[in-house]
Amino acid sequence: MTEPVAPPESIAVPPAFVSVENASLYYGADSDVLALQDTSFSIARGEFVAVVGPSGCGKSTLLKLISGLSLPTAGRVIVDGQEVRKPLKNIGMAFQNPALLPWRTTIDNLLLPLQVVRPHRHEFGRKRRQYVDHARALLAKVGLEGVDDRFPWQLSGGMQQRVSLCRSLIHDPQILLLDEPFGALDAFTREELWDTLQALWEEQKFTVLLVTHDLTEAVYLADKVLVMSRRPGRVTYSAKIDLPRPRNEDTRFTPAFVEHVRDLRRHIGHARSTP
Amino acid sequence: MKIRRALFIASPWITTLSFFLLWEAGCRLFNVPSFVLPAPSAALEALIQYWPGIWVNALQTFLTTLVGFVIAVVFGVALGVAVGASAVLYRALNPLLIGFNSIPKVAVVPILVLWFGIGTVPAIITAFLVAFFPISVNVATGIATMEPELEDVMRSLGASRLDILYRVGLPRSLPYFFASLKIAITLAFVGAVISETVASNQGIGYLMLSASSTFRVPLVFAALLVIAAMGICMYAVAAWFERRHTKWTIRSTEHSRFAVGG
Ligand SMILES: Nc1ncnc2c1ncn2[C@@H]1O[C@H](COP(=O)(O)OP(=O)(O)OP(=O)(O)O)[C@@H](O)[C@H]1O
Ligand SMILES: [Mg+2]
Repeated sequence: MTEPVAPPESIAVPPAFVSVENASLYYGADSDVLALQDTSFSIARGEFVAVVGPSGCGKSTLLKLISGLSLPTAGRVIVDGQEVRKPLKNIGMAFQNPALLPWRTTIDNLLLPLQVVRPHRHEFGRKRRQYVDHARALLAKVGLEGVDDRFPWQLSGGMQQRVSLCRSLIHDPQILLLDEPFGALDAFTREELWDTLQALWEEQKFTVLLVTHDLTEAVYLADKVLVMSRRPGRVTYSAKIDLPRPRNEDTRFTPAFVEHVRDLRRHIGHARSTP
Repeated sequence: MKIRRALFIASPWITTLSFFLLWEAGCRLFNVPSFVLPAPSAALEALIQYWPGIWVNALQTFLTTLVGFVIAVVFGVALGVAVGASAVLYRALNPLLIGFNSIPKVAVVPILVLWFGIGTVPAIITAFLVAFFPISVNVATGIATMEPELEDVMRSLGASRLDILYRVGLPRSLPYFFASLKIAITLAFVGAVISETVASNQGIGYLMLSASSTFRVPLVFAALLVIAAMGICMYAVAAWFERRHTKWTIRSTEHSRFAVGG
């Protein structure tokens, strides 16, 4: 094996926290569906990266690779200096479907990761009060107060998605993986949640990979946007978004922002028309 | 509005009562002989007359059903959890289970008699055999239909398969389990009665058979009424139990009320 060639501007780039190196992945009983082909990219610690691309190009698959839920058929994934060979144990995930447990109240849904993840699971009995306070504080940050004892079906879709977001963050995950978490929400709720997520990220600077089909969302939230080609997917373009933070509604109407979106759209169009 | 609501609440009583009234009227109007179809009043008369014999046999059938049902619950849950939690077991056991469930259990009773003799044991086993299947299927369904997203969330937290089963699979299968109890208890009861009619000398099934062989048709119908009433009561208890234990399913839409019959 040869060492991966460092990009020329590596002096300026912070060391990679997550790095995907020439990863390919086949699906299907006979491994005949090539979902990802020879994909490479990296994410720095605390970086906010968004992935966009045509439907079915392997975006969700990419998240599975990074979390170790799937292993690459060829190439490798490295997280924090270690090659990923089995599922990582401290990841936060949220999806388009909030996937809350309907028999648990909001608070108990939030406590789920702490009952599972090490070392918290062993301290859960002792530290329950402390964990509950932590969960309450997190709920307050996303604008959810007084719903602690409600069940998921007593919450609106937007509220459920907020709870789901909190659940993905409560245990201080190594990496946050978001798969179109705002895809099913109405425009206003979605924009509200962008700001919620941005504020949480500004405060805690976790490492995020956000899959989305909304270019505005990608540019608004991310430091870097990756564009994938249609299946078999690979990262064909990477755009650095250097807009000042915190970004707000006005940012979305600045010429620089619009230019970024237009640039991505061009590359997506390109990705869709060429295999 | 108020009247409609009252009608709605009273509707099961009204239909049941009308059913018996029609039956009574039909019998009287057309002078149906009581050895063909006794009027409900005649059946009721027989019920009162033979009550001491009826209730002893009814109790026997009830206990038989209960024992068979309890065994079915224990075995059915264990099998359902195993099959629901393991894709390998599911695949391995599937043909056997489907094949087994296709066998009419009446056909098994003679074999049971061969092994255990006439009496309570074949009835208990028959009740068990017909009742465990829907429980297993439902519990397995509840566990196996877990949202893939949830499984991903759990696994990426470092959860073991046992963790996932304990935190998500089992709680999620509870409403399926309770829904299946309603079906299972009725099936166990039917199984017990069938076995009694074929191979027993006690129980309500036996009573019915012996009454019909001596042409005491009103007594046959009295026994049928008792069977129906017992079935309704057991179902009602199971339904009450279900409502009490899984409040959350009444509102959470997708997974609930899909009890699979056996
Ligand atoms: N478990 C699987 N078995 C077989 N093929 C799969 C499996 N999961 C995904 N695929 C295929 O792999 C490709 C990539 O799927 P993936 O879910 O990663 O796409 P995606 O980019 O997330 O799509 P979308 O934007 O629609 O969510 C698709 O063509 C899909 O059909
Ligand atoms: Mg996807």
